[in-house]
Amino acid sequence: MTAQLTIEDFSLVFRTRHGTVRALEDVSLSVERGEIVGVVGESGSGKSVLAYAVMGLQDAAARVQGGRILFGGLDMLGAGEQALADVRGRELAMIFQSPRTALNPIRKVGAQIEDILREHANLPSRELRKHAIAALARVRIPDPERRYNAYPFELSGGMCQRVMIAMALACSPFLLIADEPTTGLDVTTQAVIMDLIRDMSRDQRMSTLLITHDLGLAGEYCDRIAVMHAGHMVEIAPVEELLSRPAHPYTRQLLAATPTPRSTVEGLVSIPGQLPDLRRDLPPCRFSARCERHVALCDEAPLPWTSLSATHLVRCRVPL
Amino acid sequence: MSRAATLGRNIGHAFGENRLTLVAVAILLVLLVCAAFGTALAPYDPLMTDSTAKMSPPSGLHLFGTDALGRDILSRVVVAARLDLGMAISAVVLSFVLGLALGAVAGYFGGWADRIIGRLMDTIMAFPLFVLAMGIVAALGNSVLNIILATMIINLPFYCRFARGEVNVRREMGYVEAARMGGNRALPVLVNHIIPNILPAMMVQASLNMGWAILNAAGLSFIGLGVRPPTPEWGIMVSEGASFIISGEWWTFVFPGAALVLAVFCFNLLGDGLRDLLDPRRRV
Amino acid sequence: MTQPLLDARALTKRYPVGGGKRGAMLHAVDAVDLTIAPGECVGLVGESGCGKSTLVRLLARLIDPTSGNIFLDGADTTAVSQARFVTMPDRARIQVVFQDPSESLNPSFRVFDSIADPLKRLLGVRDRDKLAAQVHRAAELVGLPRELIERYPHQLSGGQRARVGIARAIVVEPSLLILDEPTSALDVSVQAIILRLLADLQARLGMSYLFVSHDLNVVRLLCSRIVVMYLGRVVEVAPTEELFTAPRHPYTRALIASIPDPARRGEARPRLDGSPRSPIDPDPNTCRFYGRCPTGTDRCATAMPELLRFGEGHFAACHFA
Repeated sequence: MTAQLTIEDFSLVFRTRHGTVRALEDVSLSVERGEIVGVVGESGSGKSVLAYAVMGLQDAAARVQGGRILFGGLDMLGAGEQALADVRGRELAMIFQSPRTALNPIRKVGAQIEDILREHANLPSRELRKHAIAALARVRIPDPERRYNAYPFELSGGMCQRVMIAMALACSPFLLIADEPTTGLDVTTQAVIMDLIRDMSRDQRMSTLLITHDLGLAGEYCDRIAVMHAGHMVEIAPVEELLSRPAHPYTRQLLAATPTPRSTVEGLVSIPGQLPDLRRDLPPCRFSARCERHVALCDEAPLPWTSLSATHLVRCRVPL
Repeated sequence: MSRAATLGRNIGHAFGENRLTLVAVAILLVLLVCAAFGTALAPYDPLMTDSTAKMSPPSGLHLFGTDALGRDILSRVVVAARLDLGMAISAVVLSFVLGLALGAVAGYFGGWADRIIGRLMDTIMAFPLFVLAMGIVAALGNSVLNIILATMIINLPFYCRFARGEVNVRREMGYVEAARMGGNRALPVLVNHIIPNILPAMMVQASLNMGWAILNAAGLSFIGLGVRPPTPEWGIMVSEGASFIISGEWWTFVFPGAALVLAVFCFNLLGDGLRDLLDPRRRV
Repeated sequence: MTQPLLDARALTKRYPVGGGKRGAMLHAVDAVDLTIAPGECVGLVGESGCGKSTLVRLLARLIDPTSGNIFLDGADTTAVSQARFVTMPDRARIQVVFQDPSESLNPSFRVFDSIADPLKRLLGVRDRDKLAAQVHRAAELVGLPRELIERYPHQLSGGQRARVGIARAIVVEPSLLILDEPTSALDVSVQAIILRLLADLQARLGMSYLFVSHDLNVVRLLCSRIVVMYLGRVVEVAPTEELFTAPRHPYTRALIASIPDPARRGEARPRLDGSPRSPIDPDPNTCRFYGRCPTGTDRCATAMPELLRFGEGHFAACHFA
């Protein structure tokens, strides 16, 4: 297998007037062809920052401190703006949390899909409409000819997200980054959208990076899950293994805090403490202040990755 | 930490962020001192004519020069501060209070109250505002009170609409519904829960509007509808000096004009500074 | 059967819409019956736009119903308008914990004032020491550290704000606490804390809960009975376990099948596609779920199914349940 996306020891900080926020530190992750990888974490874990960094879309205050992001053969951090623009939309696509605001409110959705095709697909202009309708049909929008002429406000949130997916998939990208694609949608709609994303990855051998706070959702749809905490990637493992044998104390507690059809209110575990302030001096393990397994060794830098198996990596001195 | 210390830190913070606010406050202090002690500070009686020193350019004797009647321009500019600021502040305070009350009622209750108040404001807005102000003063008579009234009326829609919009978005917010659950009737909800939260934004608007109110009051006097000569007032002074633009006696209109510009500038800067200071999210 | 604490009968709320179409009405809540027993915890689920929020506002007496009644311990609270209800003693008996803890706290009120305001207004507590004692007790009940009481909401974390919202609601000792998506804006680790707090408070104070959420996994943790709404109507009511193991209404089935569950990975499950019917002037003789329902027949288009009994405390509104 070849990695579609490789992130190696990636570090990124934000310079703010209240200090330097060390948003990501030594993050490593790879996504294979056709694989769905979930990046799971609570708010402030840096999962969205990572998604935007992969897209090459960075806040003006962001500074890359080190590491590499390789997309196919392209070094995303070294590539020029033109090279990035060529890749984005065609080979690398992203869908966002609020589909309604990500669509242009005063243009028909069909025309917005045509824009993408015109930019990237190299099609004769009389073919554009046909392809746009086909793109809407592919995301199972009922009556695509009629929806082609719809404005975003005429569509429900779920339909808007499908349009976003249609736009993202219009050029058959190699990698789809889905940043909380179903947050704010109903659970019934969420299931339909996630089924769609999964089927698209399977059918087109498209890699997907799913950014979510919902471990249950990631558990159902991903092949592998990477757990993030306070800018660190703390554990990466295949889904079944991560859910049944979490090795990082944080992963275990996150699992125990997530309600499932089998949990009880007494069994719900809350994670003590709060995220550390990323502007302060931080210990090598950013979870150490909240961790019940903390030992003296944990405070020795650098914090190494431990391999429990070829595919199960954990960044903890005393894994479970 | 005591409230005073917190406030002190906030003020320090706002100034640290924005040096220009400090400049604005300095100008404001100068203007206020002039307004309070103008007659005592002025080197000459602002009404005293001196036929021996007509149209003398700025000199050691008359820093800003003298006008066609030989009156000292510096003294007139300084003394005028009270009237100009007084008119503008009174007008802004009145339209602020009335506009807030009307806008809050329209925004919170909606329905008939909203429709009636809305139409009333539309009617005012339908006129070119300065022409409306001229009409009001012309109809009611040339007096300081009527200038204030006219300026208040033409500013009213501005505050009313702003307050209506702000109240309207907050009406359905969780904390307002919670206040109703907590036994607050309409009036306490408005007075205790909604209005304190829109005041900061309103104050910023008022400060920005203040410059405009000064210009408006001075403008009325400039065209001869308002304060009558020989009362020292910046608008009249600019108007009197304007006839000497061609003959080159620049000091007759530049100094009162500069006072106007400075006052407007000061309030606009102050508005920006206030926004930083009053924003509750920035309180430490 | 003991008298229910809350008994809503044929509760209906309609809103006029549009200027052009004369008399068009949006049916937000349509003839909803709901009872809550003392000390009972009832869940309310449904998709966005199904009328949950309107129902919450009706039950909380924040808005007046178009028709229907709400009885509290047998007394009709809808006999007076909501504007007058604000000053009635019963006002203190129904309280709400609102969805977004950051939006539901007055930004210019310190925590103390937020909690003290309902005490002053509803219970007429004026004495400063007594007020402080009660505020501190409520803060203690929800596990809010004492030093946070003088802070402003923006100085608190999301979980702390959620606690303040709960403290404010329980300080007047309500009989019914309506929880309107109390944890949807929180991270899972904080959600776990708040859910446990709510379970603990109910055990200690004996309040009834109406727990509104879109997350069935959360609702089932606290509630013994669940009400499912679809497009303004109640489509199913059942004891929690029964609802999950033997749902009768096709919408409930689709809803349960949509819950992400790693244990059922890769299983083909029924999916609910398409959009709901329009809530504006819906045909009174057509099932609201018709068109989206996998089993809809002509009968569903000509007769509105009634809520029928299918077992102890289990009701569903479907011809084919």
